[in-house]
Amino acid sequence: MHPAPSVITFTTLSGLGFGLLFWLGLGLPAITGWVAFTFLAVAYALAVGGLMASTFHLGHPERAWKAFRQWRSSWLSREGVCAVAALLVMAAYGAGLVFLDTRLVTLGTLGTVLSLATVFTTSMIYAQLRSVPRWNTALTPALLIAISLAGGALLAGQISAALILLPVAGVLQILWWVRGDTALQGSGTTLASATGIGGIGAVRAFEPPHTGPNYLLREMVFQVGRNHARRLRIIAFGLGYALPVLLVLLPFSHALAALAVLSHIAGILASRWLFFAEAEHVVGLYYGKR
Amino acid sequence: MTSLPEKTTRKLGLVIDLDTCVGCHACVVSCKGWNTENYGAPLSDQSPYGGDPSGTFLNRVHSYEVQPLATSALPHPSTQLIHFPKSCLHCEDAPCVTVCPTGASFKRIEDGIVLVNESDCIGCGLCAWACPYGAREMDAAEGVMKKCTLCVDRIYNQNLPEVDRVPACVRTCPAGARHFGDFSDPESHVSKLTAERGGMDLMPEQGTKPVNKYLPPRPKDRLDQPAPTGEIDILAPLLAPVIAEPTGFLLWLDRALEKI
Repeated sequence: MHPAPSVITFTTLSGLGFGLLFWLGLGLPAITGWVAFTFLAVAYALAVGGLMASTFHLGHPERAWKAFRQWRSSWLSREGVCAVAALLVMAAYGAGLVFLDTRLVTLGTLGTVLSLATVFTTSMIYAQLRSVPRWNTALTPALLIAISLAGGALLAGQISAALILLPVAGVLQILWWVRGDTALQGSGTTLASATGIGGIGAVRAFEPPHTGPNYLLREMVFQVGRNHARRLRIIAFGLGYALPVLLVLLPFSHALAALAVLSHIAGILASRWLFFAEAEHVVGLYYGKR
Repeated sequence: MTSLPEKTTRKLGLVIDLDTCVGCHACVVSCKGWNTENYGAPLSDQSPYGGDPSGTFLNRVHSYEVQPLATSALPHPSTQLIHFPKSCLHCEDAPCVTVCPTGASFKRIEDGIVLVNESDCIGCGLCAWACPYGAREMDAAEGVMKKCTLCVDRIYNQNLPEVDRVPACVRTCPAGARHFGDFSDPESHVSKLTAERGGMDLMPEQGTKPVNKYLPPRPKDRLDQPAPTGEIDILAPLLAPVIAEPTGFLLWLDRALEKI
């Protein structure tokens, strides 16, 4: 799949933002007043910034409001509904924290559940697609939720939680990569099943429909070199999971904590780039590209 | 509504005969022509005469080479070239429809055609991701998703002569490789063709239950069958004299020509 910068930024930043809202809704850390305002502002900047970035790839952003209508069937629609609901509930909860110095427990818990639901629905947009075997697994929501909660814990200063969640996310990441490398083979979809003529013999793409590129090739057929991918995986794992764990294990300082967060974000951006770039859409088979 | 109908009254679709298709791309051109000039946003081209031409097509023809395995009876089986037109299969379990967040994508209850309501499409592209066949293409000029409509503006069009009330690709195919009809009727032309020729689904493992069926290529004549014993001149029967001795007019002509 084409690794579109807007979608990579969106899923990374909004995942982190909703992860932070998850912890704030639980009252972790227990903050009120201006401190609470600062934490909420960071969370909203990430979550809303990510959502805005996601509209950049729309053909008609002015019609984006129509996307709330099909929550009964569409994970993308559900994501929109959950995101707006989470942001509204957490705004009310945040107003309580900032202006009334009160923690409205029920509202906060609801905000936490909705934030988690937002990350889950985002992950299901990818996990539901049988046409992309690498994404089509329960490991996808598990990984994206783990990353979101771990990053959120890091930002919320929940060190003990981060020390559990970052390694969990790291292990899920490795499992996801290992499973992903054989996902296309395991899906049973091949050029033979795609064309139905495999019964005669070995099928080979002889000529594409047109000599030029097209939307399908630009959007869904992206090939990344194996060495390139391996190096990026090491960077993603090191920066995203390993280094932040080491940094929070050191005696606490704000500079180290900030470094841990930045390292985590950089690692997750690399991981997310690979999430798209390595994902094989079965339509590539028709073009002999897999 | 992007939920799929439980059942459609009719199941309109195409049968594509891989044995007959000659790969002329006439269906590609007629599809592009009709769908650019009629329903919905035109199918745009980007830099059509420039160095990097690209455009929106609802129907594309691939070509595949199939190499049968060698056997002791056929040590050198000849390779087959198979032309493969591909357009929307109007799946019963269309994954492109259920992913749509706005309800722009839908499957019609009355005939099973999968359509896009372009004024509701936000151009998110998720339906194109969900389709395993690459049947949907986002138009780069309009920013909306385009797909085969089964020429819904032809098949019910009372202004056209009856013979033209079929999809443009079917009407134009010079080889008769494309057939249009109702698969819910077991007596229809397309249902019979599918039954007789073993019509197949593409990517059945994807669980989309495509309506369109593909007819497999028939076995080809083999040039490399075991050589017959003795020498055979295949032109000999054609070169044999038609008349041994001319008579009548031919006799006179023969003599007259010899005198010159």
